[in-house]
Amino acid sequence: MKKLLQICLLLLPLSSFASAGISLESADADLSDSKSLSNGAKLYVEYCLGCHSVKYIRYLNIADDFDIKQNTVLRDIAPEGAGIYDKMLTAMNARDAKRWFGTTPPDLSLIARSRGADWLYTYLKSFYVDSSKPLGVNNAVFPDVGMPNPLWQLQGEQVAVFKKEHGQEVISKLVIQEKGTMSPDQFDEAINNLVNFLVYAGEPSQLERRSMGKYVLLFILLFGIIAYLLKKEYWKDVH
Amino acid sequence: MKSKYLTGCGTWVVNRFPLTKLWNEHMAQYYAPKNFNFWYFFGSLALLVLVNQFITGILLTMNYKPDAGLAFDSVEYIMREVPWGWLVRYMHSTGASAFFIVIYLHMFRGLIYGSYKQPRELVWIFGMLLFVALMAEAFMGYLLPWGQMSYWGAQVIISLFSAIPIIGDDLSLWVRGDYVISDATLNRFFAFHVIAIPLILIMLVFLHIVALHEVGSNNPDGIDIKDSKDPWGHPIDGIPFHPYYTVKDIVGVAVFLFFFATVIFYMPEMGGYFLEDANFIPADPLATPEHISPVWYFTPFYAILRAIPDKFAGVIAMGGAIFVLFLLPWLDRSPVKSIRYRGGIYKKAILMFVISFVGLGYLGMQAPTANATIMARVFTAMYFGFFLLMPIYTRWEKTKPVPKRLTEQPSIEDRIPGWKDTANAMIKEVPVEKEGKTVLQKRPDPAGIAKVLTRTAKNIKASLD
Amino acid sequence: MSEQGVDRSKRQFLTTALTVVGAVGTGYIAVPFLSQMQPSTKAKAAGAPVEIDISKLETGQLIRAAWRGKPVWILNRPPAVLEILANNTAKLSDPSSQESEQPEYAKNEFRSIKPEIFIAVGLCTHLGCSPTFRPEIAPNDLGGDWKGGFFCPCHGSGFDLAGRVVSGVPAPTNLVVPPHRYITETRIIIGETNTEESA
Repeated sequence: MKKLLQICLLLLPLSSFASAGISLESADADLSDSKSLSNGAKLYVEYCLGCHSVKYIRYLNIADDFDIKQNTVLRDIAPEGAGIYDKMLTAMNARDAKRWFGTTPPDLSLIARSRGADWLYTYLKSFYVDSSKPLGVNNAVFPDVGMPNPLWQLQGEQVAVFKKEHGQEVISKLVIQEKGTMSPDQFDEAINNLVNFLVYAGEPSQLERRSMGKYVLLFILLFGIIAYLLKKEYWKDVH
Repeated sequence: MKSKYLTGCGTWVVNRFPLTKLWNEHMAQYYAPKNFNFWYFFGSLALLVLVNQFITGILLTMNYKPDAGLAFDSVEYIMREVPWGWLVRYMHSTGASAFFIVIYLHMFRGLIYGSYKQPRELVWIFGMLLFVALMAEAFMGYLLPWGQMSYWGAQVIISLFSAIPIIGDDLSLWVRGDYVISDATLNRFFAFHVIAIPLILIMLVFLHIVALHEVGSNNPDGIDIKDSKDPWGHPIDGIPFHPYYTVKDIVGVAVFLFFFATVIFYMPEMGGYFLEDANFIPADPLATPEHISPVWYFTPFYAILRAIPDKFAGVIAMGGAIFVLFLLPWLDRSPVKSIRYRGGIYKKAILMFVISFVGLGYLGMQAPTANATIMARVFTAMYFGFFLLMPIYTRWEKTKPVPKRLTEQPSIEDRIPGWKDTANAMIKEVPVEKEGKTVLQKRPDPAGIAKVLTRTAKNIKASLD
Repeated sequence: MSEQGVDRSKRQFLTTALTVVGAVGTGYIAVPFLSQMQPSTKAKAAGAPVEIDISKLETGQLIRAAWRGKPVWILNRPPAVLEILANNTAKLSDPSSQESEQPEYAKNEFRSIKPEIFIAVGLCTHLGCSPTFRPEIAPNDLGGDWKGGFFCPCHGSGFDLAGRVVSGVPAPTNLVVPPHRYITETRIIIGETNTEESA
């Protein structure tokens, strides 16, 4: 039953999280920033790919779309031994995952499309120490999440400050208790790069789509103007 | 030499096929009223969207896999790995919503100008059948991506069948082909979506147009142009569809394509209305998303379903909401067709209807809170009231005299200067200090806005009488 | 409606202009529609170079590998076969592979990098059936002239053990030799020519 609840929680739409005490911070996803994207991809492989696949992305896509040489992708970003056509799969098998975490860690290819960039950004920053949980951590935007904080070494450990609202304890803010290897600004930037990569992974065609849109619209405009002139010319007959 | 050869070829065909006859009957010598306005674009646009759905749909089937284990992946495969697959898919998904926008506006046109009234009852009936077929097509197509919304949406709608007494449970089981929505359901929906219903749609479009061209088009004045003819037997107020309406419709097509392309290239999800967020999660039969709602074009009917506190009655009400539209030609007892010559009661009734339909559409997307349910009931009553009270209020209301010939109305072009004046009335120029100099800058003028608003309100009130 | 005062040339010009712009637009939209039927990234991934270990390939043995979904043969030819290949060129249509498809480094007598190891795409150049491997000399069904080679069961084309087509059969050219290279003495990579970066 508890697991079912957890799955349900996973599927909650965005709106219901807004009431979780912490409001969503806005991520600054910029898909034209290939440096941020490749840094995000690197962070992803280092900290997330252990559990979460991005099964619709091939390393080739990273090379093509972020404008990096294939060999560079294989050397700097992809895990040891991956081929350029390989998809970003996790090495962990689903059975082990189920035993360790109680649920299979979801594939994150489309997480940015179902959750939104802001939610991801805030979520990744909102882990806090909570000894009542089996993994010792909890999350302010995703209560009772069945996932440890993979980035705690970078961020440091956070604790939650509670306040009373309508007789219930709600989190008012999170405070860093023990410093990590990154300063808060550096960490924000790292998370932003990571989210940027996930936004890209959700829809790799979006850069192409936006960049060609204006030409299509201009063309249709031209077509429309000529069509309008022709219509006006013909309708001179009609009195 | 070459053109002679072509002419020869043309003659060969014309001698064996009534090409010229068809062209003349339906285009070059089909006389349409000359006063078609903005509302008359949507018929040809619906045809355009249908063609778009056919072409992109055929291309999508080349890579889509109707298999519960593969469907979701195959859609993402189309989005990422098939060359231009993302464009084809967005054209199809945006086309689905565009279809309903166009069709709803097309139906509303029929409503306000009385296009369903005698002698066009059959045109309306075929159109309504098209609408029902289109809903079926859209509903079945929505299951195919096999996301969470696809799955649970289909689950809810198919369960509606089980509300039917006695045979209900067996019927919904038969529709699903399984005890839950499953591979079998997906596969049969695919068959219906790509073969069966498209065939029905084509047939109905054919019948709709043949029936229309038999009786001729209605117009915003709601009078029959065939009543006054010139010495050659052509309606004086009619113009050949080709070239006049072909060139006009092309302008409509360009405007439509502009909006269509804007959505495709800049906002294909349309903020979650055209492609819902939860549908990017693969179907999971073990967990319903907390908030499920159908795609926007079904929400008015879905809201009626939820408003009724009884399962079977809810299904009946939802079906009734669509069925009552079929009866429209016989519910309306007014001697005039167009809203221009109807009395104030009908105009107010239409306004109430629009409010209830839009309100239901909005409520259908929201979570069902207690207040929302009360509102939904009020709107449902308004919706049915509009139709069921129609025989009473249309018979007794006082209509205005109908002219013999079509009237001149300002076109969109004629109205632009007026709109400009209105915009200017709401703006005033204010001197602003900028880099040491005083420049005049445009600022909104509260007094002007208030004046314009009261004028608009008065105009609206006057137009309702 | 009146036909007076109609500027025919303007009307004609605008009609032509709209037709041209419309045709260009149709052309533009046809590009994605047609190219979406091109091979996808998945198909290209399946066309990635394949690596084959030939350390266990015995003399006279033929192994098959798949590259881009096509059969690729790797044949270890004994010295006797090489001798036949060198001398029996009279009945071939294209003995020196002038008309045929192979990388520059395989455009030689034996159509291979190393004389004994022969690599070819195992599809007949006529209509794409995969020929059968018939190394025996003068079998009953193929007649006395057969010196060992590949025989296509579909339309009867014959090729010698260097994939060269014999004359008088439907197949127009020799079997295709795919690009390939040796990583080590016993490891071949098929589908790649040199060691430069492919990016």
